[in-house]
Amino acid sequence: MRQELTLRGNQALLTRANPLSKFAAVVFMTVVLALSIDWVSASVALACELLLFPLAGLTLTLLWQRGWPLILAAAVGGWSTSILAPDSGRILLDVGIWSMSEGSLELGMGFMLRGLAIALPAVLLMSCTDPTDLADALAQKARLSHRFVLGTLAAMRLVGLMAEEWQTIGMARRARGVGSRGTPLQRVKATLGQSFGLLVQAIRRASRLAVTMEARGFGGGDRTWARESTYSRLDVWVLAGGSLMAMAAVGAAVFAGTWSFVGG
Amino acid sequence: MPAASDGGASSPTRPAAVTARGWGWRHAGRSRPAVHALDLDIRPGERVLLLGPSGAGKSTLLHALAGVLGDVNDDGEAGDSDESGSLLIDGGAPRERRGRAGLMQQDPETQVVLSRLGDDVAFGAENLAVPRDAIWARVHEALDDVGLSHLPLDHPTSALSGGQKQRLALAGILAMRPGLILLDEPTANLDPAGVLEVRDAVGRCLDKTGATLVVVEHRVSVWKDLVDRIVVLQPGSASDPAVLLDGPPDRVLAEARDMLAAAGVWVPGFVPATRNRASDGSGDLLLAAEELAVSRERPRRRRFKSIPPVPVQHGISAQVRAGQALTITGPNGAGKSTFALTLAGLLAPVGGSVSATVDLSQGAGIDPYTWKADQLIARIGTVFQEPEHQFVTGNVLDELMFGPRHLGRGEERVDELLERLRLTELVDANPYTLSGGEKRRLSVATVLAAHPQVLVLDEPTFGQDANTWAELASFLSELLDDGTAVVSVTHDVEFSAALGGTELRLGTTEAVAS
Repeated sequence: MRQELTLRGNQALLTRANPLSKFAAVVFMTVVLALSIDWVSASVALACELLLFPLAGLTLTLLWQRGWPLILAAAVGGWSTSILAPDSGRILLDVGIWSMSEGSLELGMGFMLRGLAIALPAVLLMSCTDPTDLADALAQKARLSHRFVLGTLAAMRLVGLMAEEWQTIGMARRARGVGSRGTPLQRVKATLGQSFGLLVQAIRRASRLAVTMEARGFGGGDRTWARESTYSRLDVWVLAGGSLMAMAAVGAAVFAGTWSFVGG
Repeated sequence: MPAASDGGASSPTRPAAVTARGWGWRHAGRSRPAVHALDLDIRPGERVLLLGPSGAGKSTLLHALAGVLGDVNDDGEAGDSDESGSLLIDGGAPRERRGRAGLMQQDPETQVVLSRLGDDVAFGAENLAVPRDAIWARVHEALDDVGLSHLPLDHPTSALSGGQKQRLALAGILAMRPGLILLDEPTANLDPAGVLEVRDAVGRCLDKTGATLVVVEHRVSVWKDLVDRIVVLQPGSASDPAVLLDGPPDRVLAEARDMLAAAGVWVPGFVPATRNRASDGSGDLLLAAEELAVSRERPRRRRFKSIPPVPVQHGISAQVRAGQALTITGPNGAGKSTFALTLAGLLAPVGGSVSATVDLSQGAGIDPYTWKADQLIARIGTVFQEPEHQFVTGNVLDELMFGPRHLGRGEERVDELLERLRLTELVDANPYTLSGGEKRRLSVATVLAAHPQVLVLDEPTFGQDANTWAELASFLSELLDDGTAVVSVTHDVEFSAALGGTELRLGTTEAVAS
């Protein structure tokens, strides 16, 4: 139940790359895909991303567990685009105000594929990046304030605890007669009260954690880093791979003549 | 350049000296000072147990020595606090002596900063700008000292037990090479095995480093043999000195045994007197668990099928009878609380059944989990380990009225409970601002206000002083004699002895061990 902020035995190649280079590669892909709405560039990018799964230690089951809201959103977006977009070409389906034509279906498919292609790199990044390593890279390489980065990292650990606490507070309040079952209004009220209880506990925990961190000398000036965030040859490959995939997607779309620049 | 010069892994610890001269502290927003005119000298390497009633300012002193007092109070508010006199570590202000003192607090969850074992130990040393190679040498040494070196450095800290978390916190403190170790009720939230684990680790580390120790804890027997001095504080005032007693453990305990016991301190070999049971309580059957399997997790859905969670404990059968005490014991992770919550109708059984007899259900159905919240509280009352989880209003009186009002009942029992649990003076107070003992008494009273026939308590005596303990045990024995069934999850042998009844001991299962 409690989420662990570690990679749980993921030994895949990409876990060893620096989080910042992985992040840069993700940005390349996302920016390029945001520039056009056609299905060729999106499918090429998506295919490349699927090939990366083993390198990131990701499986389809894990993908669904971690990324199902994104996948659902892409599917819903694609569906609504295909029935609501202006029709062109042969009409495939016509139910009252909803109609689907060859043109709108193509647009819808493009929309869905693009949604997936944009969402997947982020899921890939998270599945092969340990939050602690990301924090190290952000503070040591990107030179973000270590107070901010480490504070956020420590706070994230409390989020998992809060999920457990939410359940406990829910039971504790039921034991006081506050029902979480009943009319919708009663449920909303119960949820609000439970949220307040959780908020109080979260603030208490957070201030105790802040005392712990301060007592360990946190918040002073210079600090050293037990784990050095380094770049290696692998990071060159990650950056090159990211740019190549982005270029392949654009190249294929231009070659196929489907490239349509969003701004133009 | 304090950190750079003692960066080596093998550099010896220099024990710290503490000097207080007329030191006082008033928290922001409070009219009375938490500590007033304290004079105290602690020599380097001394080991001091700090005792005193709640409100004597023990934690305030520890926080001040750790250099973390002043910015925010416990509610996270910044404010204008007030300091007088001087409090020095090695002749300097604690705030300017970063890393000279290390502090461990009560709640194990908030003593862990990072997600991986090794990183967490390294955190303090990093903040003191210790060079990288020296940090890892210190991490290995510290983990070895606290007995956690068998775990890999990337072991997830969330998978540690409470006692292990506190030992990890100690390792994190040791890696800073502090001359002063401050422990603020380090074992109050731990089971008996965890208490000894932490105490022994502290003892080993002190023997090795020779650091000065100041520990606050009201279970004297745990620390008595480890410390060489007991200092008893009392709430500060203009006429009385802050230090009431000061001397070697045996002398202080001999001189002030009765006085300390009266103040609620757990002096060794002292079990507070409690009311004896008047009846043997062999009453009617109210609630029965049969072959029960329990888990806190809900069934997961996969491919349109519902997959039940792996139970933490299974095959539990138990009977709850009117006027009878049932004590649930067993090691950590055996699913004691989970079982109690399932029995109390708050968690759905994973396997087996919980059934209420007609005497208890009175038309509400057999399975307590299916009861509505107001049906539940009038039949089974549950007191959680953390009282704050159950507070739903803004003052003590509303808190007590909440149940009866919900049930559309009169409030005659409320006055009786207020009186009996000494809450009458506090009716207007905000529940969150009460002391630990007051919160415990209030949480018991609020649940009883709905007049349940079965009362379920989860570790009701954890961290309680001897006075609250005795009151609670006596009060529950009265309830039992009046025919209420009392089910308690507890590690506290004296407490179960005071209530009598039967014991249900849960062992560990394979699901827990794996």
